[in-house]
Amino acid sequence: MAMSSNSSTDNHRSVQARRRFLQKLGLVGVASMSSYTLLEVQAKAAVATAVTNQKRWGLLIDTSKCASGCDACVRGCNEEHGIDPAGNDETRAQWIRKIDLEDNLTGEETSLPVMCQHCDSAPCVDVCPTGASFKRADGVVLVNKHTCIGCRYCMMACPYKARSFIHENLTEQKPSAPRGKGTVESCTLCVHRIDSEEDLQPACAVKCTDEAHSAIVFGDLNDPDSQISQQLSTLGGRQIRADLQLNTGVRYSKL
Amino acid sequence: MNIPATVHQQLDTRRNYVLWMLGLALLVGVGAFCAYTMEHEGHHVTGMTNRIVWGLPHVFAISLILAASGALNGATLSSVFNNAVYKPYARLSVVLAICLLISGLIVLVLDLGRPDRLIIAMTTYNFRSIFAWNIFLYTGFIAVGIVYLSTLLERSLNRFTFSVGVLALLWRIVLTTGTGSIFGFLVGRSALDSAILAPLFIALSLVMGSAALALAMALVARWQQQSVPEATVQSFARLMLWCLLAVLYFSVVHHLTNMYVAEHQSDERAILTGPLALPFWLGHLALLLPLIYLGLRLYRSDGISQTAWLVLCGVVLSGCALLLYCIIIGSQNTPQLLFPGKTVTASSFGDAGFASYLPSVWEWGLGVGGVALSVLLFGLILRVLPISSRAVE
Repeated sequence: MAMSSNSSTDNHRSVQARRRFLQKLGLVGVASMSSYTLLEVQAKAAVATAVTNQKRWGLLIDTSKCASGCDACVRGCNEEHGIDPAGNDETRAQWIRKIDLEDNLTGEETSLPVMCQHCDSAPCVDVCPTGASFKRADGVVLVNKHTCIGCRYCMMACPYKARSFIHENLTEQKPSAPRGKGTVESCTLCVHRIDSEEDLQPACAVKCTDEAHSAIVFGDLNDPDSQISQQLSTLGGRQIRADLQLNTGVRYSKL
Repeated sequence: MNIPATVHQQLDTRRNYVLWMLGLALLVGVGAFCAYTMEHEGHHVTGMTNRIVWGLPHVFAISLILAASGALNGATLSSVFNNAVYKPYARLSVVLAICLLISGLIVLVLDLGRPDRLIIAMTTYNFRSIFAWNIFLYTGFIAVGIVYLSTLLERSLNRFTFSVGVLALLWRIVLTTGTGSIFGFLVGRSALDSAILAPLFIALSLVMGSAALALAMALVARWQQQSVPEATVQSFARLMLWCLLAVLYFSVVHHLTNMYVAEHQSDERAILTGPLALPFWLGHLALLLPLIYLGLRLYRSDGISQTAWLVLCGVVLSGCALLLYCIIIGSQNTPQLLFPGKTVTASSFGDAGFASYLPSVWEWGLGVGGVALSVLLFGLILRVLPISSRAVE
């Protein structure tokens, strides 16, 4: 009797175990199918928003609207990418810096932000030994954080001093802005925003508009009907160190 | 010319040699600790910043690499130009070149922000980068050096020595040109944007390599309780005179042309009278005075003494290192000119004024450790292979 009772219990246990196994198998199957579907959706989305050279993203900075002492664009950039503005100016990351100028002849004063100029012929891309510095088809110059070895040759090559080497350990980085000690970084033109389905503008341009200056216009330089192209045709736009013939994506009017 | 007959043999483990090896190993250990600290803490412990991005470790690394290329002088003069004076030192010359290059590369790698990613640098290349080409030039130099050494060591391979010697000579000229070109084509830095840096680096390598080889020969002779033959010293001193002349010629042309070109004048004024004026002038004096001394001793009297020769080698090595310091740091401490015709009145990132740079103890440790490593490797190889020559009666 006792044996029969034991046998019945064993049977029950084995049925339960089999049921649990089948349940897990089902879950794994469903998870695989759903992840497959997610991957497929992601792939389709990636194809739909693929980066092409039909666009050339750029910025136009109207220096007549850029106020001396205002650092809204710098704050916007720091907040968006989790950059700590405190610390030593010479070792901390500065993706954008504000510069005030005075003309040697006329004494005219100008204020403007300087960031990565997203050059068409980028010296940083040419010199990078591992190809970590690269230019996307749409003109955005980026650093691949997985292959940057921290040699800093790109910083030596950049005519605009627009790149920062991370000297200390970082914590609480934002998922949209992967950053780390021992690698080089610079303005990404907020690729995570401009690539998004909402077609968001770079944080610096948004912050500048929010604070009622509207000195920074972002857009497609290849599209003659875009706001940036229209303003370029009316205001004109100079490149910093145009003599180097780097064909920069960032232009300055009234400079 | 009286050249004593020599045989090649391994070094004996004398007390003198062992003490040297222990001292060098200690310095290498200190260098390794400094490199670990820089890697673990980040470059904020160094004197380097986002304005001075290449500091003292680069000066040490480039000095070692240039000295490596020039240290082959002994082997080249022996194998390619068939100069009997250098034949006993051909093997030693090749071994020293390999050790200096390996040490220079190690210093360079340990100064990277991510030295743990060396495998990426060795496997992922951007062939538009002169840096990527240099990786091949450096590893190729070591490979050619090993083959060269084999032809010198193995009697059956002696017939290839001339051919491999020519290849090594060409290779080192290309390597030094490549090293100079790392600096010579940076359009954004007017202090560096000059093709004359490549021949200047070749001339620097000849001086540094000859001096390093002369000091190494003297060290080995000391370990063996012998002396370097008089004829070798006088011949080497004459070679040094011409190499010094070449360095000073290219340096003077470089700076005179900079003074003439309007866009380079402010940078030139900065290097001649700015914060690096002292090392700049000291460096040139450390080359000019030995040049005059050599000229007077070699052509107006009966040659240079062994002690004076060794002191002179130390002085010219320091002079070349100071010149490299001024080239590397001096190209970074002046503001990059972004707005010609305008004055920067405010900036959060030093767009006006000189950048200051004070190398930290970690950088000194890494650099000195690298130099010690080259001598340590050199000593160890001489212990296991028949490299050093001993005069026979």
